[in-house]
Amino acid sequence: MSEQLTRDPSTQSTESPMIEIRDLHKWFDQFHVLQGIDLDVQRQERIVICGPSGSGKSTLIRCINRLEEHQRGHIIVDGIELTNNIKNIEKIRAEVGMVFQHFNLFPHLTIVDNLTLGPIWVRKIPKKEAEDAAMHYLEKVHIAEQARKYPGQLSGGQQQRVAIARSLCMNPKVMLFDEPTSALDPEMIKEVLDVMIDLAKEGMTMIVVTHEMGFAKSVAHRVLFMDYGKVVEGNTPHEFFENPQHERTKLFLSQILH
Amino acid sequence: METVSKALDPETLKPPVASVGVLGWMRKNLFNSIFNSLLTLFTFYFLLKVVPPFVQWAFVDSLWFASSEACRAGAGACWSVVTKNIRFILFGFYPYDQQWRPLVSMVILFTLLGFSRNRKFWTKSLGYAWIAGLFSMGLLMKGGIFGLEPVESTKWGGLPLTLLLAVFGLTAAYPLGVLLALGRQSKMPIVRVLSVLYIELIRGVPLISLLFMSSVIFPLFLPEGVNLNKILRAQAAIILFTAAYIAEVVRGGLQGIARGQYEAAGSLGLNYYLTMRLIILPQALKIVIPPSVSILISAFKDTSLVVIIALYDVLKTTQSTLSNPLWMGFSKEAYLFVAVLYFLGCFSMSNFSRKLEKELSAGG
Repeated sequence: MSEQLTRDPSTQSTESPMIEIRDLHKWFDQFHVLQGIDLDVQRQERIVICGPSGSGKSTLIRCINRLEEHQRGHIIVDGIELTNNIKNIEKIRAEVGMVFQHFNLFPHLTIVDNLTLGPIWVRKIPKKEAEDAAMHYLEKVHIAEQARKYPGQLSGGQQQRVAIARSLCMNPKVMLFDEPTSALDPEMIKEVLDVMIDLAKEGMTMIVVTHEMGFAKSVAHRVLFMDYGKVVEGNTPHEFFENPQHERTKLFLSQILH
Repeated sequence: METVSKALDPETLKPPVASVGVLGWMRKNLFNSIFNSLLTLFTFYFLLKVVPPFVQWAFVDSLWFASSEACRAGAGACWSVVTKNIRFILFGFYPYDQQWRPLVSMVILFTLLGFSRNRKFWTKSLGYAWIAGLFSMGLLMKGGIFGLEPVESTKWGGLPLTLLLAVFGLTAAYPLGVLLALGRQSKMPIVRVLSVLYIELIRGVPLISLLFMSSVIFPLFLPEGVNLNKILRAQAAIILFTAAYIAEVVRGGLQGIARGQYEAAGSLGLNYYLTMRLIILPQALKIVIPPSVSILISAFKDTSLVVIIALYDVLKTTQSTLSNPLWMGFSKEAYLFVAVLYFLGCFSMSNFSRKLEKELSAGG
């Protein structure tokens, strides 16, 4: 992964941010898992979030599509504020795609049916059109020949690529990745990261929680380090890895880059 | 270097006689240890003592169509108690000359069931066929139009009554049970409390008391003049009872579904109803096919309890033939016959469920 993708500075200024997070707090009972997060994600920006387990990084992105509820602060996705309003939640979920660590494919449906489910039932797209789109995305992730199989018959790497294609079928504006390669055997990690890099090249806004630092270096516009519910540090990959500012960041980097 | 010895050539060497074939199977499965050998011998002895005399009694010495005097003189089974009373056993008090009507109804039902066995036939037209079939069955039984003599539901009995209570009971109880299971898991407190109350109250009483209550207490709650017929009341009791048990079994299945499934469905934008219908319930219901079918088989047999409210199901009609002095004392034959009927019904249900399980596991 030695390709350096150009980081376009013009994405920074003109339009409103894709995602705005202001003073976000969340508690799991008494545990203060997110302690005042402020974050702007511009359109077409790619952010990698890293940090030790328990730091709240997964919780943060799961708040963005309401898989977790925040108790204080604001989350605004593409101008829509995320509240208890069901309509808003549904609108936001239609624009935000998510890829999970454990794939979460639907085991009782074929690969194609996994992909067409959302478009048919949520976007009300006719079956034939949805299937054509599904085959297009399956080809994009290089797995079209498995279309009629069931998830249980695929390897981990194949399943994760299907999961990515499934999210893409809904034409989201943002893709969230929650440790997408952490549950994969090492030889399958590359095939998934390659798909994610292709996605990046096409200009998708991405927030990726991962430990794959090579990916961060080659694709991210910003790398954020989270610890104990706060964003400790955030910088361009070059600055982040060469000149970490905080002690905790340095400690974490020394542990994972060996 | 190839030194293949002729003696080891697989084509000429045959396995020892006693290790393959029937002898081999017997040796491996029946006589492989002292304990198993003793058990096998004991079982053979037991079967030898029981089966030939039974065959002798049931088939060799039996009389199938003779009169009751000839039966008493004979030593074998008297199947005449069944054959001579077959119309009453099968149709109860339904008017004798109109009995072709429940017969045709049952033929329609069995045809529909036969088609429904094969999932390939589960199309919209089958659904319409079922609606039309059930409707015509009701018309045939009730009569009153198309020149059919009206027959009051109090006269319905025997096998059609058992099948009616079972088919409607089970098909209505299942969706109700699923709704209750979902209600019990609901985040809305009222829904959850009501579901729990229902399930626990119903599970706390025997079906027989529910039938009794439906017959005696229920009418007290109905407004003046509204009179639900007995069969409807019995039907309601069976549905409400079975639904509570189905609910708990389905709840177990729901608990087996990983949270990630809910999350993936949510992240795609599916609402509660679609998530349940497309993702969660298909997986959960598939897992609980074995215990669900157990409950349905039990419910089928429990229809015999309606004797308590003086409805003549097939068990009661069979029993009634024995109170006739002519046929008194031939209870063995009568009850064996009814047992075979129930066995056929229950076995075909469990057979279908095994078939369904096999088909569904082929995929995901």
